[in-house]
Amino acid sequence: MDHPWITIVWNDPINLMSYVTYVFMTYFKYDRAKAESLMLDVHEKGRAVVSNGTREEMERDVTAMHSYGLWATLQKDE
Amino acid sequence: MGFDRTATDRLVLRLESVERGVLLSLVEQMLLFVAPAESPAADPLAAMVGIDEEAVRPEDPALARLFPDAYLDDDEAAGDFRRFTERSLREIKLAHARSVEATLQRSGEKLVLSEDEALAWLGFLNDTRLALGIRIGVTEDSHEELAALDEEDPRAGSFQVYDWLTYLQDSLVQSLMPNH
Repeated sequence: MDHPWITIVWNDPINLMSYVTYVFMTYFKYDRAKAESLMLDVHEKGRAVVSNGTREEMERDVTAMHSYGLWATLQKDE
Repeated sequence: MGFDRTATDRLVLRLESVERGVLLSLVEQMLLFVAPAESPAADPLAAMVGIDEEAVRPEDPALARLFPDAYLDDDEAAGDFRRFTERSLREIKLAHARSVEATLQRSGEKLVLSEDEALAWLGFLNDTRLALGIRIGVTEDSHEELAALDEEDPRAGSFQVYDWLTYLQDSLVQSLMPNH
């Protein structure tokens, strides 16, 4: 596979829905529709895969999510 | 009160003096809370490039939320990631708090913020809400319960501050949201 690693953002009861949408639009450059759809997945399903790529790329994305205060992890896409 | 855009697209924050005092006090607490533990044994060169050889998962749940594990099922990878990133993350949060402090020290009821200052505020408000929210036990279903706390409950005052920070942060997000 070309992109064997994924970044997951997990739900938490404190981060604002508007803020999570803002982070997805600003950092990943997703349009509002995609950012809101991912935010709703996080909120309703408890988690969403927000990006995929190499392990190094996913570590960069997780670092960025942590700097925004979002709870994110990376793992192999299995 | 809160954040707003002026007709000329400047980002402004309007605060009453009592609100300014509360925010300054939160800044002081946050500066102490997220500061890295200074260890005499720490390698200064490693610290300079952001490596903290002694960083471990914080026991305090609020700190653990601000500095979470990056791997769920791999303690070794999570530990390596933490040693290479946690110190930088702490520095970012400290810089946000210091920037907020600097803007609060300007005079006037209306503070005009640069985009960089606005982003520092956004980070600071989010960090503070996370720490406070964990402390008072915010969950998906706890809002009504916390809002109805007896005023003698020590969590009641914290919840009022938390609720106000939520309002502030949301008004800032709306002012920063890209238009597409």
